[in-house]
Amino acid sequence: MSSPDLPTPALPPEIVLEAGRASAHYWRDLWRYRELAGLLAWRDIKVRYKQAALGVAWAVIQPAVQTILLTFVFGKLAKMPDGGVPYPLIVLTGLLPWQLFTGAFSGAGNSLVGNSHLISKVYFPRLLVPLSCLAVALVDFSVMLALALPCIVIFGVAPGWQLLLLPLFVLLTLVIAFGAGLWVTALTVKFRDFRFITPFILQIGVFVTPVGYRTDFMPNWRDLLALNPLAGVVDGMRWCLLGGRSDLYLPGLAVSCGVAAMLLISGVWYFRKTERQFADII
Amino acid sequence: MSLPAIEVTSLAKRYVLEHESRHDSLRDTLHHAARKLWRRARWGTGFEKEEFWALRDVSFSVQPGEVVGIIGRNGAGKSTLLKILSRITEPTAGRIALRGRVASLLEVGTGFHPDLSGRENIYLNGAILGMSRLEIRANFDEIVAFAEIERFLDTPVKRYSSGMYVRLAFAIAAHLEPEILIVDEVLAVGDAQFQKKCLGKMRDVANSSGRTVLFVSHNLGAVQSLCTRGLYLEKGVCRFVGPIDQTVDRYLRAGLDTSSLAVFSKGEPAVRVDQAAFIVTATSPVIEVDITIRSATARRVAVEFALSTGAGTPVGLATSGTFDPDAMVTLISGDQAQRWRIDVSNLANGAYQLNVQLVEPMIQILTRIECPTLIEVCRGPSQPGHRVMEQAWQAGAVELPCIRS
Repeated sequence: MSSPDLPTPALPPEIVLEAGRASAHYWRDLWRYRELAGLLAWRDIKVRYKQAALGVAWAVIQPAVQTILLTFVFGKLAKMPDGGVPYPLIVLTGLLPWQLFTGAFSGAGNSLVGNSHLISKVYFPRLLVPLSCLAVALVDFSVMLALALPCIVIFGVAPGWQLLLLPLFVLLTLVIAFGAGLWVTALTVKFRDFRFITPFILQIGVFVTPVGYRTDFMPNWRDLLALNPLAGVVDGMRWCLLGGRSDLYLPGLAVSCGVAAMLLISGVWYFRKTERQFADII
Repeated sequence: MSLPAIEVTSLAKRYVLEHESRHDSLRDTLHHAARKLWRRARWGTGFEKEEFWALRDVSFSVQPGEVVGIIGRNGAGKSTLLKILSRITEPTAGRIALRGRVASLLEVGTGFHPDLSGRENIYLNGAILGMSRLEIRANFDEIVAFAEIERFLDTPVKRYSSGMYVRLAFAIAAHLEPEILIVDEVLAVGDAQFQKKCLGKMRDVANSSGRTVLFVSHNLGAVQSLCTRGLYLEKGVCRFVGPIDQTVDRYLRAGLDTSSLAVFSKGEPAVRVDQAAFIVTATSPVIEVDITIRSATARRVAVEFALSTGAGTPVGLATSGTFDPDAMVTLISGDQAQRWRIDVSNLANGAYQLNVQLVEPMIQILTRIECPTLIEVCRGPSQPGHRVMEQAWQAGAVELPCIRS
């Protein structure tokens, strides 16, 4: 009697390494290592509030203080127009996207150098590292959003159908942050200068982005501000959260989308191009 | 014969060393570029870039299930080879085909986060090494048992002793189940007992399940007992591939021809100890050391035998002539074979490294060589019911005589 036919064992996957040859399975590997991206994000979140007595309370304190401060500066001192919306809400709805961008951009920007011990000792698609920072920023954003929504209602503003479009604006913010973060993190591997440039950009950014003021009452400045890709996003998210009580400036949004796509494509291109040398120069 | 698991053809890796300056910052780069332009305008040359070939034209193949030891001196390119194979850095030229899932262990505890607990780090480190969450969960209890850290699972690893840290890290790595495992010198940590356990685990991994293993170590004893084949690298070039015993032999013999690392001689090449004729025989409670000294002239020297633990801590010195000029040894011109006996009855059980050096006391060291193998002291108790001191207790390596008066 002949033995039953055994299925021939599948040939193990063959990996070929050659100079200058991009790994054929890069995107598949990226998918296969998705668990690692999750774990890296989980590590960053978990570690953040270790040995901090106030713990997660910091996630509330920081934006609360910032809201009060910016309300005072723009609303009381500079007397910017509020268009009938309580000024703290204008600031809060501006801070939400801004914090999301700040977290994702500075996290992604520092990610490679911050994980240099991993880069030089194990293989995984390096894109995972900045990607995991997006997840961290997104978790922070969700917490802040969950706290902000009741505040908005308490101040007497009912969100409308516009709220449903919020995920699109979140995605747009993340794409811009990711594209810019990829450039910064890949450049930081070689030039540590970019570590100083990131906080600098953010310091300026909080003023040239309509975080603490709304643009619909400043027609002279609106087009100039729209050159900043984040202006469109912040305006848009404010429009979502305040149920249409501020205008959605479409030309500004178009600029945001265009810049976002450009940053993402060029960022991934530059990252992939330099990725192979990371371990040698980090 | 099936397809090789690892196939390396004319592999090369070049690093560029820039001598003029390091430019870590943009300012340096701009400055450098400006100076380069200036120099080029004036002298027509830029700065010199020195090329360094860490690997050059290395070719070999490994069959599935083979355990291959890679040996060579520091800087021979062993680690670079492993880095390329594990896809951390890319080759400058050549081609590598890997058939199977690769996991590499270039460092123990890669990605451990000090603030996370042992439990959390098992998941994190496992994922970094390429294990899926299911695999980690399936092996979790075994990992904890192997590392012997049950009680401290929820303690942050920054509060671990270094021994616990290393045990946990190795335990995770040992439960990787890839088809190809790449291991750098990671066993050189932990106490002797744990090293033994690690080697045992490595042996299990290698023998069972037909896994392919590449193993780098300076511990030739471990390499010889674990591996079936060897690869000997010297200055980035593959000198020998073949059965492990022959490879180790080639490597040791190479140490004889050059005067770089194992053989230390300064100013006085006229005196040396023949490495090939350096034989240590264990005869309880003494060890017998046979050496052949080659001297160009007749002279008097002190002979010193220095013992250190496997980890490199000096333990003691046996000498003839270092402290007592009358005990110095008279050498004749030519070769002379000598046999020395060293009493080791007070040494704790464990492995020791023996060095021989010829010295002009207080003036200079003439030559020094290392015994190629470790000396294992293992004594049973002198009487039933007694115990014998173990190096692994970390209480020291010498038992001191003690009498109550």
